Amino acid sequence: MATEAAAPLSQDAAAEKGSSLWSDAWRRLKKNRVAVASGIVLIFLTLLCIIHPEVSSYAYDKADLKLGPTRPSWEHWMGTDEFGRDLFARVTFGGRVSLAVGVIATVISFAIGVSWGGIAGYFGKRIDALMMRFVDVLYTIPLLIVVILLTAFYAKPGTVFHDAFLWVVGIFSDHPKDPKYQPLFKITFVFAVLGGVSWLTMARIVRGQVISLRSQPFVEAARSIGARDMTIVFRHLLPNALGPIIVYTTLTIPEVMMVEAFLSFLGLGTEEPLSSWGQLVAGGAESLDLYPWLIFFPGFMLALTLFCFNFLGDGLRDALDPKVRKD
Amino acid sequence: MSTYALRRFLTLIPTLFVVMTILFFLFRLAPGNAFDNEKALPPEVLKNVEKQFGFDKPLYEQYFVWLGRIFTEGSFGYSFKYPGRTVEEIIATTFPVSLELGLWAMVTALAIGVPLGIIGAVRQNTWKDSLAMAAALVGISIPRFVVAPLLVLLFSLKLYLLPVARWESWRHMVMPVFCAALPMAAYIARLARAGMLEVIRSDFVRTARAKGLSERKVITRHALKGAMLPVVSFLGPGFAGLLVGSLVIEKIFDIPGMGRYLVEAVQNRDDNLFLGVVVVYAVLLTASNAIVDIAYKFLDPRVELD
Repeated sequence: MATEAAAPLSQDAAAEKGSSLWSDAWRRLKKNRVAVASGIVLIFLTLLCIIHPEVSSYAYDKADLKLGPTRPSWEHWMGTDEFGRDLFARVTFGGRVSLAVGVIATVISFAIGVSWGGIAGYFGKRIDALMMRFVDVLYTIPLLIVVILLTAFYAKPGTVFHDAFLWVVGIFSDHPKDPKYQPLFKITFVFAVLGGVSWLTMARIVRGQVISLRSQPFVEAARSIGARDMTIVFRHLLPNALGPIIVYTTLTIPEVMMVEAFLSFLGLGTEEPLSSWGQLVAGGAESLDLYPWLIFFPGFMLALTLFCFNFLGDGLRDALDPKVRKD
Repeated sequence: MSTYALRRFLTLIPTLFVVMTILFFLFRLAPGNAFDNEKALPPEVLKNVEKQFGFDKPLYEQYFVWLGRIFTEGSFGYSFKYPGRTVEEIIATTFPVSLELGLWAMVTALAIGVPLGIIGAVRQNTWKDSLAMAAALVGISIPRFVVAPLLVLLFSLKLYLLPVARWESWRHMVMPVFCAALPMAAYIARLARAGMLEVIRSDFVRTARAKGLSERKVITRHALKGAMLPVVSFLGPGFAGLLVGSLVIEKIFDIPGMGRYLVEAVQNRDDNLFLGVVVVYAVLLTASNAIVDIAYKFLDPRVELD
């Protein structure tokens, strides 16, 4: 995608020789040591969450009631919870859920927001007015309350969403109604809802970009060789607006993860026996004075991840913002 | 000016109407109801209860009854979970607490965020700037519900300095207000810095400097007002974030505010209570956005009054 995106710009900058937006941005980003460190930490955390639950000798849901809650030790690096489950395993497994929510919901919001804003910006006039008015109305609805409402009441059997879920699971499994898929449904639902409500700002940003780009000569050129409207929007306009899109996407991930953690903390998101960082923090908060490590480790991991995403997003913004170019 | 203000407030009516309609139907069309929990009621009792709350009528009729009761009597009906108490009674006792928490948190957030942002801008690219902005990013990244328990652990359970929970004296308010304010303070710091950076490069500030004013006077007398514009426009959504964020704060510190009832109403499927609380939230959010819009035009004469 990056090479495709760079094409129109690098042609533009060809006369200047070799200083395309992307190589400039990469150079600036590399100079921002905190952003680079954040990126490395994120890669490490992601790998840890992917690999550790597979190789760990403790399963995230394996209870050991005889053991009960223990302090961090050599056997259990982060200690164990009330049921004697290894906290490290639960934290890395919960990290999978939290990171997956962040990434998948962001992909959904990316897809909706970018197409919505791109189409509204390109066609302008009535279509633009109508589409953006819709966004304005959604903005005034307290969306977090809608998310709470949806996850509390629609993430259960008997709704169209559950039927759709059963249908999809039915493709992979002969017994889609097996209760073991139930927690999965809840999480999938949270993915979809969070993605479905967090695309509004993206749509506005993309629309603004597209409006400022659409009267440029390269759009005219594309039209003159017979490119269709949708080709112009998705092949020519949007790749050129990629800078702000990337920045905002990076900043959407921590936002969505925060909401998932918030929901789980209120008991509306991820459910036992699955874990997510928010849900682990909520569990830890209940036995704060007795077993403080239960809140400390998941809280630390959550905060660290959000911090890294925010710092990386900030670094990308500084690197890709054309206003500060060549200063 | 006042016509703009009036017009801005009039646009609230259709917005609120749309929001209320969406929320009502989203809530009522959800499967299940308040009375299908573990302890099943005998059918005759269930029938009576449903009749009492109007569940036996078609949904659109219930909708008009609900709307009509709000507009004519200002009433949201009886709570399901707390028999004999009306929703507006519950709101009347809990809303002031939430408002108090929210306003104190907003004041705190401004008191922390604005100076931090100005220091960052005035000392741009120095260690003070980096430190202030790193602190702001930490504030944004640590969820309220992680900070709050850790503060409780430190200040209440280890140092015995502050009470663990409840809402009585100022000592009860310190931690909840701080936790609620933290992310907002961080956003304000970043916005104040960006706004200030933009303003101190503008011509009128250069003029102020050129006529020999001290740096302090240039910043406080000339630059500050313009630099606050992004902060002001954030206060609307920021206040919204505070209100919703205080859901967890109220839960953690056992504060008898409205947010706790919202979560409880969701868990108990207390339709009337939930819808009542949500309508109050929606009014607050849309109204605070409108106030901010108006204040913005008032502060910045360059913004056209359309």
